[in-house]
Amino acid sequence: MTKLKRVPLGLLALSLIAWILSISAPSGTKAAGTVLITGAGATFPYPMYSKWFDVYHKLHPDIEVNYQSIGSGGGIRQVMEGTVDFGASDGPMNDEQVKQFKDKRGTDILHFPTVLGADVPCYNIPGINEELNFTPEALAGIFLGKITKWNDPELIKANPKAKLPKDDIVVVHRSEGSGTTYIWVDYLAKISPEWKTKVGVGASVNWPVGLGGKGNEGVTGQVKQTPNSIGYVELIYAVQNKIPYGRVRNSAGNFVRADLASVTAAAAGAAKEMPDDFRVSITNAPGQTAYPISSFTWLLVPQKIQDQTKAKAIKDLLHWMLNDGQNLTDALSYARLPKPVVGKELKAISKVQ
Amino acid sequence: MASPAAVSRGLSYGRIRAFASRLLDGDEVAYLIALTSALSILVVTGLLVYELYAKSVLSRHKFGWHFLLTQTWDPVAGQFGALPFAYGTIITSALALLIAVPIGLGAAIFLAELAPPRLSGAFTFLIELLAAVPSVIFGLLGIFILVPALRALNPFLRATLGFLPLFEGPFYGVSLLSAGVVLSIMIVPFVISVSREILLAVPAEQREAALALGATKWESTWQVVVPYAQKGIMGSIFLALARALGETMAVTMVVGNVPQIRASLFAPGYSIAAVIANEFTEATGDLHLSALIELALVLFALTIIINGLARLLVLTVTRQSGRA
Repeated sequence: MTKLKRVPLGLLALSLIAWILSISAPSGTKAAGTVLITGAGATFPYPMYSKWFDVYHKLHPDIEVNYQSIGSGGGIRQVMEGTVDFGASDGPMNDEQVKQFKDKRGTDILHFPTVLGADVPCYNIPGINEELNFTPEALAGIFLGKITKWNDPELIKANPKAKLPKDDIVVVHRSEGSGTTYIWVDYLAKISPEWKTKVGVGASVNWPVGLGGKGNEGVTGQVKQTPNSIGYVELIYAVQNKIPYGRVRNSAGNFVRADLASVTAAAAGAAKEMPDDFRVSITNAPGQTAYPISSFTWLLVPQKIQDQTKAKAIKDLLHWMLNDGQNLTDALSYARLPKPVVGKELKAISKVQ
Repeated sequence: MASPAAVSRGLSYGRIRAFASRLLDGDEVAYLIALTSALSILVVTGLLVYELYAKSVLSRHKFGWHFLLTQTWDPVAGQFGALPFAYGTIITSALALLIAVPIGLGAAIFLAELAPPRLSGAFTFLIELLAAVPSVIFGLLGIFILVPALRALNPFLRATLGFLPLFEGPFYGVSLLSAGVVLSIMIVPFVISVSREILLAVPAEQREAALALGATKWESTWQVVVPYAQKGIMGSIFLALARALGETMAVTMVVGNVPQIRASLFAPGYSIAAVIANEFTEATGDLHLSALIELALVLFALTIIINGLARLLVLTVTRQSGRA
């Protein structure tokens, strides 16, 4: 019996050693000269980034980018800790975080907008098949819990032809912290002073009303299943899954349907007043055709990078993403950056050292 | 671990030789390996608690014990309280046990005592399969099948039980009720599988003795076999409870994710595990992160307290039945 027991133990020890050897091996097996760039952050641009990095690796086999979509918060935290070469976020870092970064890493953090996204209101009202119009006041009222019925005068005013029911509105929002939520509440805070003071802006907020659905799919699922409900999802998600959504009135007073052109228009409208660090919200942007609930998504790159080959690789990569890379956005339903923004960013790349 | 202790007691040549010979025997090796395995559990648990405690310092200092009693959860304003989440965790788990234990126990008794062996084998295989289904699948089933079904059932519940505060208010589908039901489906396999093994382990003499005394098959099962297996059955329920308390994915998909405290099971709620999973990745503020980690600590404490209470209950029950 004791003999029998010893054999598996020895095997176990052997396999353990083999396993340890096998997991420690890969780090050393990368071909010499290959530059490995690691990044982490936002999930919203992940499909775009993974396509970009894949195409870029095919063009430049010696450069490999490993991007992990762990969420904007995680991206900011990791770039601050220095565990990744760049971070990515759907919301710009706030002043406190920028200062914290400088204190911790001894250099500045640079923001580079890469693509654009947008949020759209989706709803499910039995008997209503047309695209509804939403005024900013209506959206703020609904999400603050002040407009509780579909036949509220504010909604009827914007949709005189629709036969809106007298039923209660069921609000659905994202349950998890997300860039999508950040864009949505950033917009609400801009158009409603009450939202700004009562709720504020963040990736997760204390919602005055509504149910939480997990992810775009959770919100969509709940809206589809619950009669008289309204929620918000990412434009790309709505387009790819053919979810109908409403128009929103922009700052010029036009009801605009979200699409790639109207989102890019919003960025172009905001480009005129673009600050040098690119940390700007473009919700409620000026412009006749601008869709008001749009946003950039950013790459966060430290200004000083110790490893010079890495610094050059990251700069080249940024150049490529802003030039050739922008031509790949349409296929994945991301809105491309407007020309003036690209021009300004290309100049800013030289700051990276 | 034993070797340094032996050394400190007195470094005599004989001792070391004796130890070496025991080492060569193999017994000592087996003992050491087993001891290390057991200690590793302690170390992991200890490290876990320490990490949670250390990383939640910001939130603990700011809110103190109020953290446990506050209902607000506002990441923007930096106000955090655990109460609605703890409430949701307890209610959904309790509801799940309420549904799962009678069904699971009944099924286990059937499979262990009454069913023909071949049927029992096939059933058990299916149940173990059910226990291996990832929780996200249960969540999806919850969203697409259970929630609509509950919505259809809602008028009936309202008509029959609507006078109770438990079944009041509007019903959106996602609710504490839905989460409890999904959880019960998830934990039933644990109750069945473990309870069945325990019942099968009851010595045949127990049954034979009961039958010889003139008990019917059911009497021998219910009055002799089940009480004999009581402790093990309780163990299966603890296991199920632990799973229910910590379940994340399936709960967050059907619970509605609203941090509030309502008596009605129709109302949406939230659970500790769900809010941690939902907000951890995007928590940028240090206080927010710290509050989430403190929530994990609360969940840990909650699990220990509930398990302790349940064990106490078992102890008193078995003592009483022992005296009777």
